[in-house]
Amino acid sequence: MSKAAKQKEDLSFEGSLKRLEEIVETLETGNAPLEESIKLYEEGMTLAKSCMTRLNEAKLKLKKIQKNAGGALEETDIEN
Amino acid sequence: MPSRWARGRTLEKVADLQEEDLDLFSARVPSSGDEHVLKVRDLTRLVRGVLEGNFPSVVVEGEVSNFKRHMPSGHLYFTLKDEEAQVRCVMWRSDASKVRFEVSDGIKVIVKGRVSLYEPRGDFQLYAVTLMPAGQGALQLAFEQLKKKLEDEGLFAEDRKREIPVFPSRIGVVTSLEGAAVRDIISIINRRFPAVEVVIYPVKVQGEGASDEIARAIRDFNKLSNVDVLIVGRGGGSLEDLWAFNEEVVARSIFESVIPVISAVGHQVDFTIADFVADVRAATPSAAAELVVPDGQEVTAGIQSAVRNLGRLVEQKIYGLTLELDKLSHHYALQQPSALVEQKSQLVDELIRRLDTEAQHSMDVTSQKLKAIESHLNALNPSAVLRRGYAFVESSAGIVSSVRDIQAGESATIHLHDGTLESQITGKSERLAEHE
Repeated sequence: MSKAAKQKEDLSFEGSLKRLEEIVETLETGNAPLEESIKLYEEGMTLAKSCMTRLNEAKLKLKKIQKNAGGALEETDIEN
Repeated sequence: MPSRWARGRTLEKVADLQEEDLDLFSARVPSSGDEHVLKVRDLTRLVRGVLEGNFPSVVVEGEVSNFKRHMPSGHLYFTLKDEEAQVRCVMWRSDASKVRFEVSDGIKVIVKGRVSLYEPRGDFQLYAVTLMPAGQGALQLAFEQLKKKLEDEGLFAEDRKREIPVFPSRIGVVTSLEGAAVRDIISIINRRFPAVEVVIYPVKVQGEGASDEIARAIRDFNKLSNVDVLIVGRGGGSLEDLWAFNEEVVARSIFESVIPVISAVGHQVDFTIADFVADVRAATPSAAAELVVPDGQEVTAGIQSAVRNLGRLVEQKIYGLTLELDKLSHHYALQQPSALVEQKSQLVDELIRRLDTEAQHSMDVTSQKLKAIESHLNALNPSAVLRRGYAFVESSAGIVSSVRDIQAGESATIHLHDGTLESQITGKSERLAEHE
């Protein structure tokens, strides 16, 4: 349960990769019970899939900071 | 030598001066009879006029002493001297603000200015318009001076350098929207690792006000606090072009930045003050882009290898389980055969159900393995076998699967589906034609 929570809050690319690494390491020790191993396997595959999707389907987002009429800083999209 | 030039010119002018002077005197001071009795202020004014008329622009080399920056006016006062003589110098703030190095006692300078007289004291003074260090360029000296100052203050200390994140998701770029630098940065990040956002803060990167704009952009990014790393830089140019990155205000803003900063100024050979303060110096803007994101292909390879490892490890686990079940059914299942086997079987069912929901190809392979285990489990279910009239024999050494496992006279337990029989072996015979 804490794992799911951890996974949810840590959705960054780096966090996902770190978790994936952790899972492989845990399985590598061979100490995890079967059910736990399968859960880890599922989690790892989901993470791997989402990372690959993010990497392969990502398009660089370009933004520009400028001051708006009120003098506040504003981010606007710009064409790549 | 500029000073010699000034002296030559002076002599020539003084020669011209004689006649003009007389005219001047008679014109200005006509009323005191034949003797020209002047008021002091008249004299100083006249001499001032002579000086200003004859020395509108001189270039003098000398050593600075008694240097003083008057506050709050910002005017500079100093004495310029050599072994034999000295002259008072003044530099107004408007001119002094353009001096890029730190003036101090003892440094040799070349002063360009005009000569005049300060009437309240009757001192003749040199009014400096420009000030250049003698021997080396002003920019070079300014660079060395600021570098030393900031280094002494600890702005370059290695132990305060921040870590550049390996996987930034938002990258701030402080540079000009024009020029190759921004294009290079974008195209390289796009090629290597496009799963990021690049936020550009356009600034002037050279000329008047550039350093302030750069410093403000760095501070604004820190206020907004929504990027993981900053690239601050511009493409190549002359020392003058790159100068904004040698300004103290830029150095301080980099030092104060909470967000890690990668400097990326000019070419490989260009080192700026910003480079020394930054957490990482990239040789060029392109190098900064290479540095700021990982190589997508390497990352992909890493993920693929992790996926392979996951599959391998789970298969190993399942293989281990198969062996374990095998053992269990031989040794302990007999205590509560059906319950234990059913429990394991249920677990396998559960795992298969969960694995089946996963639409991965490798998952199908895993499922097949688990199905194989399930059927293996069924085959091993001793309860079902015993119910059909079979029995098995256990001695003190374990399961008796061969007549060789037990000797006549030993006692053995015979397991039936509903209980056990205690027995003693009275004799044995071995079948010869063995088939598997």
